[in-house]
Amino acid sequence: MDKREFIARRVAQEMRDGYYVNLGIGIPTLVPNYLPPGIEVILQSENGMLGVGPYPYEGEEDPDLINAGKEPVTEIAGSCYFSSAESFAMIRGGHIDASVLGALEVDEKGTLANWAVPGKMLKGMGGAMDLVAGTKRLIIAMEHTAKDGAPKIVKKCTLPVTGIEVADLIVTDLAVIEVTRRGLVLREVAPGVTPQAVQKVTEPTLEIAPDLKTISVVPETVERPLFR
Amino acid sequence: MDKRVRNAEAVIGRIQDGATILAGGFGVCGVPENLINALIRQGAKNLTIVSNNPGIDGFGIGALIENRQVRKMIASYLGNNRFFEKLALAGEIEMELNPQGTLAERMRAAGAGIPAFFTPTGYGTMAGEGREVREFGGRPHILVPALRGDFAFVKAWKGDRWGNLVYRKTARNFNAVMATAADYVIAEVEQIVELGGLDPDSVHTPGIFVDAIFEGTGYLKPTEPGPKRKR
Repeated sequence: MDKREFIARRVAQEMRDGYYVNLGIGIPTLVPNYLPPGIEVILQSENGMLGVGPYPYEGEEDPDLINAGKEPVTEIAGSCYFSSAESFAMIRGGHIDASVLGALEVDEKGTLANWAVPGKMLKGMGGAMDLVAGTKRLIIAMEHTAKDGAPKIVKKCTLPVTGIEVADLIVTDLAVIEVTRRGLVLREVAPGVTPQAVQKVTEPTLEIAPDLKTISVVPETVERPLFR
Repeated sequence: MDKRVRNAEAVIGRIQDGATILAGGFGVCGVPENLINALIRQGAKNLTIVSNNPGIDGFGIGALIENRQVRKMIASYLGNNRFFEKLALAGEIEMELNPQGTLAERMRAAGAGIPAFFTPTGYGTMAGEGREVREFGGRPHILVPALRGDFAFVKAWKGDRWGNLVYRKTARNFNAVMATAADYVIAEVEQIVELGGLDPDSVHTPGIFVDAIFEGTGYLKPTEPGPKRKR
């Protein structure tokens, strides 16, 4: 199982029946593929849709129906549409149960940087600042380190931030880390990974949970439709 | 009362150099194609364009930018437009990035007569720089002013001669809020129906917000790439 799928499968276990969820681009978009059976989650797309359905079949794209990543999607029974203003009233008004976003950096207080790299990437924050400010629970889904092996979980963000003290949980290919008032608590490690190995690629000191667990993701045999 | 005009050309002459225009659309979805194309032919310059994103190269707001008619862009996301990026990096176009919800709320506020509002979104970030901060419930908020346009370009699916509008699926996006926030609101629709042809319970934009309406022609309505489901 590749890293991205592993992370998405673990994040999927955080979903609860009846959750309204907004997913960022990248790894987060994989999450609905791995929802545990019996869990019904409604996906919100900030361009104005609740109940985002699977990607369309080739040739069945509707130009009036896209997700926030601007990809054509489909509607499902129970879907509804609304304006950008109402969409962000949902997000900023605290009506979204969980948001899953990627990150460039997260610090020990849960401050997140995920929208700009000065001189390199300045594409805009889109809805990210609204999501981190307004969502009830913010889950960060990312690879534990950057491509060059540098920690992405840092003492203090150096990149332009998206929100101050906003992340609740960090799920990576190596660990599940909870952001608490005391600091970062290591809750789970990937199979075969020691807490020391996680600490080595994490800048701030991790508190190891007394009931430290091993991440368990069971690959399914049933292929689910590609969502979002 | 009849707000119908023949086409985009019939109203586009109102737009003068330096105007602020709110333009609906999200990516290439729900874009007022006829109005933007007419504005390119009309040639007004030094425009401030408010739109979620500058579209893709050569289409919609992207084409207006390539024609060098835009002095300033107010958006939440720039991605996917290389020409814009080039102009911005060269300092030839001014850009103001707003969080997407703040952008929508600034126009919602303008349309509702609210001059400014406090929000926690953007506090402590580049979007909050220079803004007044006040705590509510122990949480810092920033003061953000409303955003109003001289004109709004709105794309809807159906409309009637009183200006009532219905949008289709996610093509509603910023169109509905922009329709409330400009001095002169022009709606282009795919189909004009008789009065009574829209279900009153299902009108998305009440006609009071709209100043002119016409039936657009030659819509391209492109789609951007994305994954497809296997049969």
